[in-house]
Amino acid sequence: MALTTHHPPPVPPGPARNRTGRHAGARRRRRRRATALLYVLPALLPYTLFAVLPALHTAYLSLFDWDGVTLPSFTGFANYRKVFSDPQLRAAAWHAGALVLFFSALPIFIGLVSAAIAARRSGRRGTAAVRTLLFLPQVVPLVAVAIIWRWVYAEDGTLNQLLRAVGLGRFADSWLGSFTWSLPAVGLIGTWVVAGLCMVLFLSGTQRIDQEIYEAARMDGAGPVREFWSITVPLLRPEIAVALSITVIAALSSFDLIYITTGGGPGNSTVVPGILIYRLAFGGGQVGLASALAVVLTAVISIAVLVINRLAREAP
Amino acid sequence: MTPLTPVRTVRGLAAPVVLTLFCAAVLVPFLSLLLASVQPAGTPLTGLALPRHGIHLENFAHAWSRAGFGPLLRSSAVIALAVVPAAVLCATLAGYALATMDVPGGGKLYTYLLLGLSIPTEVTVIPLYYDLRALGLTNTVPGLALAEIAAFMPFGVFWMRAHFATMPRSLIEAARLDGASSWTTLWRVLMPSSRPAVTTLGVLYFVWSWNQFLLPLILIQDPRRRTAPAGLGFFTGQYGVDVPSLAAATLIVIAPVLAVYLFFQRHFINGVLSGALKG
Repeated sequence: MALTTHHPPPVPPGPARNRTGRHAGARRRRRRRATALLYVLPALLPYTLFAVLPALHTAYLSLFDWDGVTLPSFTGFANYRKVFSDPQLRAAAWHAGALVLFFSALPIFIGLVSAAIAARRSGRRGTAAVRTLLFLPQVVPLVAVAIIWRWVYAEDGTLNQLLRAVGLGRFADSWLGSFTWSLPAVGLIGTWVVAGLCMVLFLSGTQRIDQEIYEAARMDGAGPVREFWSITVPLLRPEIAVALSITVIAALSSFDLIYITTGGGPGNSTVVPGILIYRLAFGGGQVGLASALAVVLTAVISIAVLVINRLAREAP
Repeated sequence: MTPLTPVRTVRGLAAPVVLTLFCAAVLVPFLSLLLASVQPAGTPLTGLALPRHGIHLENFAHAWSRAGFGPLLRSSAVIALAVVPAAVLCATLAGYALATMDVPGGGKLYTYLLLGLSIPTEVTVIPLYYDLRALGLTNTVPGLALAEIAAFMPFGVFWMRAHFATMPRSLIEAARLDGASSWTTLWRVLMPSSRPAVTTLGVLYFVWSWNQFLLPLILIQDPRRRTAPAGLGFFTGQYGVDVPSLAAATLIVIAPVLAVYLFFQRHFINGVLSGALKG
């Protein structure tokens, strides 16, 4: 979950207590360094074999035209050219971008506003219970979240029932089956999932902020809106960066939610990179193209995380 | 006390109103699923409907036995039991070494491990499928478990390293002066006070392992041997229209992870929040 990658200073070697001369001390130090490496090995080995090598293997596969069965043929960067020109793949990129609005921008805004409102309430009764509840969507598998929301969005589902109850029945729709509404509908599920996380994150951040800053601002006649933009938001910068990193990764690599709610449909209206990679590699017999898309997706995610952390560390 | 001016009253009410709205927004979707799960199967129903035809718990029995969620839950539990202790152990050892010892190339190794935090499953799953199949490890517990351990390792090492870095160095040096080996120092001196950090990591790993979807979907091709969430995905495709059965199956799949969360909620929330911020 932590996504910043600043490196710790290497631990300075402890003072070698060499009683038996320099040679023995050096040998002991070498032994100790070897032992230290042994401790890291059990983590390094599975990580290298089952995460890093597969990722590199994907990069290798992306240079081939391969259906997964017959012999692959080398095609150089043809798959990458296709990733950037194929209309379906481009649509997937647009949808992923739209999901960033729903998974990142909207929840962070909601989280900030509600944290600003809730931070200075007098009674703190029930805060723990509220936290537990708001975090609930983080715990439930996304497949289950998707099923829950399929029912909310269904023709006879909760949302349409609500609309009819307040006299807006003519707006009722089959949300996930609509070319217009399916993408925002899926996006709002993402908003629902992460808004609570953002809010709890920001709430714990506001506890760090000195109340006197608010008092001083109020003395100077700052209203709640001014207070929000010039105190709460800038001071919550580290929390906002964390929320952005987590949610942007979730948006760009989303798969479970869409696979269960719409499967990418209707038509291609909710197709995202994760769905296309799955379809191309495990149904379409285009393993090379799927690999190229996966590599591009990873590159985009890494760059996004890097940029977010760079921006967060710059002085306000 | 300051007198209650209208502005103050509005400000005072804003917080509870916002929080109540939030909680309702979280709860209503869950509630409508819960209500749907006790309706008689195969009847048309609407969103939030109180059970007028009695409470039909047979949906749960049906999901458990006939739809096969009993075995699916069991294989999810087996995977979690294989993944969580192994991953916690590996992460603890590596975190300990990287925080307290002179590991050759330690800084670089740590960066290398952290890179994994931005590797999405989509980029590893394709070769994992073909390579594990070549090794005869698809459709098996070890295959899926190894893939999950690998995917969870970056966060675990980061988390345990951060934990051991906060421990007083004097404690470690005192143990060493007493002649304790690094191994004894870890288990006798540091671990007893590391329980909260280890528990938090274990809880997070359990939840992630239980909720993992793409890896079991691809690496275990036999739908009846998949994990519970992956089985749920398959069930959705087959019984998508039978809302009560699907709702009951969903609740069965959620129940274990929900129980763990409610029991360890402090650990879970603090883990996610501080894990995110320590970066």
